[in-house]
Amino acid sequence: MEIPYTIETRPDTGVYNAKLGIWLFLASELMLFGALFSAYILLRVGAAPGLWPHGWLDVRLGAFNTILLALSAITTLLAWAACKVREWGKFKFFHGCTLLLALTFLGVKSYEYHDKLVHYEIQLQDGTFADGHLVEQNATQVVLHGRYVSDERDLYDLRAQKDIQLRELTIDRASIKKMENYAPKHNTFTAIYFTLTGLHALHILGGMCVIFYLWAFGERLWRRDPEHFTNRVEVSGLFWHFVDLVWIFLFPVLYLT
Amino acid sequence: MSESEHPVDLNRYLRRCALVFVAILCATGLMIFTSYLPHTGWPAKVAMILAVAAVNAFVVAGFLMHLLAEKKTIYLILGFTVFFFAGLMALTLWAMAGFPPGTATH
Repeated sequence: MEIPYTIETRPDTGVYNAKLGIWLFLASELMLFGALFSAYILLRVGAAPGLWPHGWLDVRLGAFNTILLALSAITTLLAWAACKVREWGKFKFFHGCTLLLALTFLGVKSYEYHDKLVHYEIQLQDGTFADGHLVEQNATQVVLHGRYVSDERDLYDLRAQKDIQLRELTIDRASIKKMENYAPKHNTFTAIYFTLTGLHALHILGGMCVIFYLWAFGERLWRRDPEHFTNRVEVSGLFWHFVDLVWIFLFPVLYLT
Repeated sequence: MSESEHPVDLNRYLRRCALVFVAILCATGLMIFTSYLPHTGWPAKVAMILAVAAVNAFVVAGFLMHLLAEKKTIYLILGFTVFFFAGLMALTLWAMAGFPPGTATH
């Protein structure tokens, strides 16, 4: 059975069906991310003074990822434009670039996650705190590359502190009251950070699967019906641009404010 | 006719994409610069950064998603979305003043 309106526009809506479908889907996606941004606002505004992290995320890595996603949005558009002018080779090139850029984005994100998961805050029996990246640990000792602070608040606003000196700290396990890495359960910031960026990364992964499918297995449809294939590329591109749009707000909200 | 239905000139798209990329780069740089501004209060910084992010989003949606020349149906869907999104944010702001008596707030 032939699916109607995959190429020609439907008279009552003025667009082909897949395009209407993707815009409805993106509208629901906007509400999903909107709800999470709403949660972020409530957590951020409700935090006690001095107890919301600043400077915990590497702005350089966030900016680099912003550039990667912007470039991938552009190569996606060019891949669609190449389909429009019936240049299969250019489509393959541009969408290949999109996949590589997306993969690099996920690589950088994984590095950032790893950096947080090996970062520990240790509360000691004497009331002070040790904070830093785990170097090694055994049954009797924990070694961190970090610093000691007497007040936990000193660990929150890293931007306000100049010249933080880090060194190797060897801590006896007997002197540890509580030891916790910067995983989602660490505090509300890490919880909302991992939730927002994790959901965004899942969208990147989903978009990559669709783009890879079109890139690797789309040639048969392209030869049979190039306009239908072009419309599929446009719809997947709209999703990809939406993913870029979400990051445009995630980056300043999480990394800069 | 929406923009995606027009005949495409690949070179024209390349030029447009270059301009969009430069605009995104500038907006990203401006956001980072603003976040490090001394003697500026946190609310003012957040407002300025989000304003730049909104311009950035407009560039992506308008030029890359062809929203500047789209069909009425799409605008209608987006109109409803904006309405509900604004409602969601308004409820969020409203909720901030709605703590039960005796709740410790900061």
